[in-house]
Amino acid sequence: MLLSLYRSLHGYRGFILGSVQREFQARYRNSLFGALWPIFNPLSMIIVYTVIFSHIMRARLPGVDDGMAYSIYLCAGLLAWGLFSEITLRSQNMFLDNANLLKKISFPRICMPVIVLINAGINFAIIISLFLGFLLVTGRWPGMALLALIPLIALQMMFCAGLGMVLGVLNVFFRDVGQLFGICLQFWFWLTPIVYPITILPEWLQSLLRFNPLTNLIASYQNVFLYGQWPAWSSLLPAFLIGAAFCAFGLHLFRQRVGEMVDEL
Amino acid sequence: MGHIRVTGLGKAYKQYPSRWSRLAEWLIPFSRLRHNQHWVLQDLSFEIPAGQAVGIVGVNGAGKSTLLKMITGTSRQTCGNIELSGRVAALLELGMGFHPDFTGRQNAVMAGQLLGMQLEEIKALMPQIESFAEIGEAIDHPVRTYSSGMQMRLAFSVATARRPDILIVDEALSVGDAYFQHKSFERIRSFREAGTTLLIVSHDRSAIQSICDTAILLDGGRLAMHDRPEAVLDYYNALLAEREGQTVRQEMLSGGHVQTVSGTGEAGIVRVRLLDESECSIEAAEVGQSVVLAVDVEVRQDIERLVLGFMIKDRLGQPMYGINTHRQNQALENLCAGERITYRFAFVMGLGKGNYSIALSLSRLDSHLDRNYEWRDFGLVFHVINNRREDFVGCSWLNAQTTISRDTEVSRVEHTP
Repeated sequence: MLLSLYRSLHGYRGFILGSVQREFQARYRNSLFGALWPIFNPLSMIIVYTVIFSHIMRARLPGVDDGMAYSIYLCAGLLAWGLFSEITLRSQNMFLDNANLLKKISFPRICMPVIVLINAGINFAIIISLFLGFLLVTGRWPGMALLALIPLIALQMMFCAGLGMVLGVLNVFFRDVGQLFGICLQFWFWLTPIVYPITILPEWLQSLLRFNPLTNLIASYQNVFLYGQWPAWSSLLPAFLIGAAFCAFGLHLFRQRVGEMVDEL
Repeated sequence: MGHIRVTGLGKAYKQYPSRWSRLAEWLIPFSRLRHNQHWVLQDLSFEIPAGQAVGIVGVNGAGKSTLLKMITGTSRQTCGNIELSGRVAALLELGMGFHPDFTGRQNAVMAGQLLGMQLEEIKALMPQIESFAEIGEAIDHPVRTYSSGMQMRLAFSVATARRPDILIVDEALSVGDAYFQHKSFERIRSFREAGTTLLIVSHDRSAIQSICDTAILLDGGRLAMHDRPEAVLDYYNALLAEREGQTVRQEMLSGGHVQTVSGTGEAGIVRVRLLDESECSIEAAEVGQSVVLAVDVEVRQDIERLVLGFMIKDRLGQPMYGINTHRQNQALENLCAGERITYRFAFVMGLGKGNYSIALSLSRLDSHLDRNYEWRDFGLVFHVINNRREDFVGCSWLNAQTTISRDTEVSRVEHTP
């Protein structure tokens, strides 16, 4: 089954890469600065958070008396969250947005999530390299621990892809799923320690938040960037298992419903 | 390569009484089915050998497009099996997926990739695509500046850049202007000669008859007939006219023709003859000979109006000439049961060499769709031979009178060094 999926993906690699490239071209087509825009956006985010939180509001992480620390903490969390929300939000609409194509042209449908993943991956790579540049300039280069980003990102991509696939298929049949997930995402964001450190919460709430698979995942990013610390791999096991379950369920749902989906679009 | 085998194919759409019932069916394990199946195609079985051209006919909603979609793979069958060998290309939705902001060239690349081609392949095919589309400089302009005809040209050129093993065409033959239509049809024809299996949906009788080996008639989601194109199209025509109380029957004639007779039967054709100058019945006519088509009609019930029409068709079933007494302002009115009428149509045989058949219809008005007393295909089969005239080609004898004038002065001047 996976082999046949791989084979159809390989056969359509030209289409997948072409679509990714086109999406970038299309987005910045009639603009003067073109390729600079994907850089300006995250750059402004980093600057805004640094200036506002560490210099204007003088926010400090508990136990660290360093102006930059909080902004790095914030950026690390936001970047990781950005990857998560981009993939899931785009995945849930990938079949609906391409309804015309799916209805009229025969190509392996599994290309759609792959295109979403690659696109989000490239966006993320741009942002991460900017952020790393920023860390280098401010003398806070995390060092070897950066290598931990590779498995971290892979794990997160898997988690997002699985969840996105489930949402994408369900959204075709029940449009409520899209609306509902939008709301869920709001709550999820604030129930994940991104803006605040988990240590400021009461004990009982902290243990509750541990059930959120993203809590440890994002904490790992924050530790890598802020302290140059390797992640505690065992703490990521739940995220891995849930992600794998999402993938298996998503793939099952996809294979089961892909035929019916076209009738419904 | 190019073989198609369809067995027991069926397609049903699920209809849920409400959105909630779908949720219930999904969530409650082992629950009963909560949807109705709406069958649009059922129990379809046929086989198309490689290299054949097959036309698919049927009224709107008969399931033609659904069948094609399942063969191309965009839609999945509910039951049954489709076996295909080789690469399938479909001219179903030309220009789908074109992005208005990209240039024609970029869009051609995209469309090629959507067909599963790699970049190098498309690059290699690009010169050929460009020259076939003949849109000139516009290939490097954004597609939003294109006319719909130009888009079609480009889309057709990309879709047919490689010869597929199976080509599926859905009414898309009307691509662009007349010039390009000819060109695209020519390309389809050449594919066929090279061994591509063709599947064509069209309402254009002559298109199907001139290119297809067999035809499939779909009626109400079922396969009503799979036979030679003329037979299927005649039956389809008769089916269109079918009303309550009408019968459709087909008889095998000698020579492998299938005669289709349908109608309500208030009036009927008794005898059809082709007569020469001495009133003798003939089976072969000379080009340019004066002949009479004599038709004897019997009125079986009182009818208020009667129109007789005839149409001469060639070997492929393409109409050569047709007329009826309504158009000639000679319709008969207030006819009584038991009357016998003899019609005589006198004309000069202006057709070229070949085999022709005459279809006849008895109806109330101009069209047999209103009230069809009798419709008879292959009412008469005759040959046209050419022993007396110069040996011309084509199906109509235009009897060109040639005068040639030769200006010797000019030619002599030109030839002097």
